[in-house]
Amino acid sequence: MTQRRKFTRWLIVMVALHGIIAAAGFFAPYDPVEQDRERPYFPPVHIHMMDTQGHFHLRPVFYPLRLRAGSFDQHEEDTATTVPLKFFQRGAAYRLLGFVPSHLHLFGATGARVYLLGSDAYGRDQLSRILYGGQVSLLAGLLGATVTLFLGALIGMAAGYFGGWRDELLMRIAELFLALPWLYLLFALRAFLPLAVSPLEAFLLVVIVIGMVGWARPARLVRGVVLSVKERDFVRAARGFGASDVYLLRRHILPETASVLLTQAAILVPQFVLAEMTLSFLGLGVPEPMSSWGNLLAALQQYNVLVSYWWMYLPALAIVPFFLGYLSLASALQQRTRPYKIEEKSSWSPS
Amino acid sequence: MRYFIRRALHAVFLLFGVSLLTFLFSALTPGNYFDEMRLNPQISPETVAALRAQYQLDRPLPVRYAHWLNAVAHGQLGFSFAYNNPVAPLLWARARNTLLLTITATLLAWLVALPLGVWSAASFGRAPDRVLSRTTATLLVVPDLVLALGLLILAVRTGWFPTGGLVSDGFDELSVSHKLRDIALHMTLPVVSLVLATLPMLVRHVRASVADVLDAPFLRAAAGHGIPQRKLLYRYALRAAANPLISLFGFSVGTLLSGSLLVEVVMSWPGLGPLLLESILARDLYVVIGGVLLSMLFLVGGNLFADILLYLADPRIRTAASAE
Repeated sequence: MTQRRKFTRWLIVMVALHGIIAAAGFFAPYDPVEQDRERPYFPPVHIHMMDTQGHFHLRPVFYPLRLRAGSFDQHEEDTATTVPLKFFQRGAAYRLLGFVPSHLHLFGATGARVYLLGSDAYGRDQLSRILYGGQVSLLAGLLGATVTLFLGALIGMAAGYFGGWRDELLMRIAELFLALPWLYLLFALRAFLPLAVSPLEAFLLVVIVIGMVGWARPARLVRGVVLSVKERDFVRAARGFGASDVYLLRRHILPETASVLLTQAAILVPQFVLAEMTLSFLGLGVPEPMSSWGNLLAALQQYNVLVSYWWMYLPALAIVPFFLGYLSLASALQQRTRPYKIEEKSSWSPS
Repeated sequence: MRYFIRRALHAVFLLFGVSLLTFLFSALTPGNYFDEMRLNPQISPETVAALRAQYQLDRPLPVRYAHWLNAVAHGQLGFSFAYNNPVAPLLWARARNTLLLTITATLLAWLVALPLGVWSAASFGRAPDRVLSRTTATLLVVPDLVLALGLLILAVRTGWFPTGGLVSDGFDELSVSHKLRDIALHMTLPVVSLVLATLPMLVRHVRASVADVLDAPFLRAAAGHGIPQRKLLYRYALRAAANPLISLFGFSVGTLLSGSLLVEVVMSWPGLGPLLLESILARDLYVVIGGVLLSMLFLVGGNLFADILLYLADPRIRTAASAE
């Protein structure tokens, strides 16, 4: 029961997290590609409730930053103007969830740019880029997992159901894919696909490459389920009534593999998000000006960024709650789908 | 003996399969190294065609594959277009550094994981086990890219460790002991990030398999005979739990090779990772194929080593092998 509650709790957390990323346009104060060449590498602003004169503000305020005189990377607060942080502000146009046009942002400011998490080399808002980047990374992970599970289910069912030489051949190939170090495999696949492509094509390429890497494990698991299910009485009965192979696979066998596929999905999505990050970090994935969690981190390959601008590290932290959530979901699912194993152990263990 | 022959045949099959697969993929490649040359007005189409012929890129795929296999049999891995050099020595210079990193990391990770896992299993459900489980769970949710970057940031901010490369400037003038120290210092961060990335998985598996064995009647009997705890755990329990762990060893080699690729690029370690990345970007076909194949060779080597260990450690395998 507590296991179930844990699962529900994590599910709610994950829906909320994904909701924030999906509605990035609303939570991000700016357009992710909007540049401000006057303000490269500006650190995060400080949000105050109390101004320098000691007055309390009900509405949070901040002081815009400016370069300290005679310096090129030291900033100071310009205390001459107090800029209030406004909520539900009208700002840059965006499409909520990709199709609802809107101007409304959770927060913003008039008169000065509010860099809650600092700005990058082109003065683009880091928070907005992280939120929009999440859309790319998570979508790549989710779509990649879908492709993989589709392939895995198809191959696993074919191998398990038809058996014989087809099973043998498919499982040998699966072994090959399992044995290869996944990053080398990813590299090899990426190496043989075009390099100079538009951002959208690059994104699709990444999804395809990631999706083709991981099918072997789900395929083997699905095959195992199919092997046991196809001998069950209800399947034999259906076959006896003259059901076709396709009908049997679709109607009776596929539903039995659902729990395995679901658990695999929870394991694969974070792995694939990480794969997208790795590819984009290495410059083989989603290119600028599109942002993704991986290509945001690519800025850290420049030594001066690494040394001087700590807020550029922040994209690395974005994936951590998602990782935690997916792994917790996966372990909860695993325990839910294998209750018999726990019973088995407690029934005959001597203690 | 038949056991080893079977394992070796399996390894050869894997290598063969991977080479075939990479070649097939490479045939699907849109564009190659000479495409950019073709755009260069100073290079005549005839020159490009001649170069293509020289590298046999104008031949059909099966011919190329056969030719390449023949080259591999003679210890060569084709020719790098970008470096204008045979691939084998190029890869070998880099592979040494990668091996240095991965072998050290593998040994270190297992040396740490075994006692931690056994300790965790011995105190199953009590305080040390709970603390260790929490720690491994935390480490498990930190992706290796983030881990490597974090360590790099640490190095840059504190200055305790060098931030890239294999050796410092002026390495050649150092004495032997200083040379070793210099390399060790440069290795620390990449090795630590590789170890931390694999450690949680290893500790969890050691814990699970030792905890499984600890319930067995023969260990209860041994404990009843008054055999001390330490001897019980390391001499008898660990040995009985060895089988899945040794299989895991083979698997951990693969994980470490992948991890190493990334860590090398992040920490600019002159291993296979940066070379492979460069050659992908330059479309240097044979370097990519060679690199992938070489990694596969290491992996197969690790697995063969695991098979030998398994044979030595598990009497069941030995009897099954001799019964054949």
